[in-house]
Amino acid sequence: MDTHEHIVRSYEEELSSLNNKIAKMGGLAEQVLGQSIDALEGRDPDLAAATIQQDEAIDELENEIEEQAIVMIARRQPLAYDLRQIMAALRISTDLERIGDLGKNIAKRALAVVGEQQPKQLMLGLKHMGELALGQLKEVLDAYIERDADRALKVWYTDEDIDAMYNSLFRELLTYMMEDPRNIGLCTHLLFGAKNIERIGDHATNIAETVYFLVHGKSITDQRPKSDTTSSTPVPLRSAG
Amino acid sequence: MTFAIQTDVKEQTPTAAEGLEEKVAVRRLNFYYGGYRALADINVNLFQNKVTAFIGPSGCGKSTLLRILNRIYDLYPNQRADGEVLLDGENILTPKQDVNLLRAKVGMVFQKPTPFPMTIYENVAFGVRLYEQLSKADLDARVEDALRRGAIWDEVKDKLDASGLSLSGGQQQRLCIARTVAIKPEVILLDEPCSALDPISTAKIEELIDVLKRDYTIAIVTHNMQQAARTSDYTAFMYLGELVEFDNTTRIFTNPKMERTQDYITGRFG
Repeated sequence: MDTHEHIVRSYEEELSSLNNKIAKMGGLAEQVLGQSIDALEGRDPDLAAATIQQDEAIDELENEIEEQAIVMIARRQPLAYDLRQIMAALRISTDLERIGDLGKNIAKRALAVVGEQQPKQLMLGLKHMGELALGQLKEVLDAYIERDADRALKVWYTDEDIDAMYNSLFRELLTYMMEDPRNIGLCTHLLFGAKNIERIGDHATNIAETVYFLVHGKSITDQRPKSDTTSSTPVPLRSAG
Repeated sequence: MTFAIQTDVKEQTPTAAEGLEEKVAVRRLNFYYGGYRALADINVNLFQNKVTAFIGPSGCGKSTLLRILNRIYDLYPNQRADGEVLLDGENILTPKQDVNLLRAKVGMVFQKPTPFPMTIYENVAFGVRLYEQLSKADLDARVEDALRRGAIWDEVKDKLDASGLSLSGGQQQRLCIARTVAIKPEVILLDEPCSALDPISTAKIEELIDVLKRDYTIAIVTHNMQQAARTSDYTAFMYLGELVEFDNTTRIFTNPKMERTQDYITGRFG
């Protein structure tokens, strides 16, 4: 369905610019996430360091978007869909900024474990989880660009898969730590890394909710399926003596 | 782009079923300037003690519609209304309707302030005297009450003998509103009441509308989208003589059902 352009062209251009900034920020966030997983898996300190630097650009974009949104609200008194576009840009930029931070944190973990022996199985699990999250992020950003609420809804439902992976990684890491205390340092970093990926998945679903709202003008009413059970996973105690 | 907006369903929401009283109900209204049909099959309600805004591009028929609600079109030849306009359930378009009584019940304020070339006091008292026999004391009280309701008493109480024309534009408009409420109408029609006024006078009148609606049912025609969004409870969007969408104001301005409504309010009219 075609919408007409604004009669005042500069308004149209401002909205386009906001849209493009989100797209750019999204691209950077994808890059940070992808690279941080690679750095962790490949024990690549240079890549990790470069990735940490990139987060700055994401933060800067967030500031730009916020400023532009505020000015547009003041000057244009946006209504209906325009208002939702501006609110969506504000909300999505916040989620992307958090994704950038989480990705940076993963890269820092990569730096921390660079000298350690890394168990292949665990690293594969982490990599797979990271790829899932990256896929979600790409998909939801495409949904935003295309203004496709159905695509966004799919991302919203798919977060379950990331949660399931996180549950199993969590148990594996616990087991590893319990087997040998010398593993605790490494596993703790990997655990935080996994947690960060799980959080990135959650932020992707936030973006999905925003895209849905942008298109339909109302919130998703379903209960999102959440299956992250790690906060209630009991730790078996060692027997005394 | 994908949008979830219907393009060809004309639903009429809200309805009296929601506990709202219809003060004025327009049903299947058509209006003709000679052979030209200016309004086509209009169905809309003014709910009791609510403000209903009429918005739309120039020539859409909103002022025409307003002028039917107190039959002021009757003053002009070759203008004809077809259909029903029910005020408290009674059709005001019938020939039996006493139009003077109607216009006492349904007051009107125009875009250009139109004080009479009389004193401020007389501007307000004039209409009252046409309908009622009041003692001097009662008339004084009525004039003061009206000027207070028009949010202008404090500015004119010491110069009631001054000419109405000596006031500023914003004050003149408030005087006109005072004049309208003096005869105790039930409905007040405002036809772009702030178009000729500065922002502060506009704000004062918007505040006034907020207060007046406690006692009156109000219809306002305005070109100013933000004013409609600020002041009204319900908004009707009109285009080329048709009612495109009618809903509560929040809905119209945050998530309208019709694409044309959205195009108009966001300034995309192509």
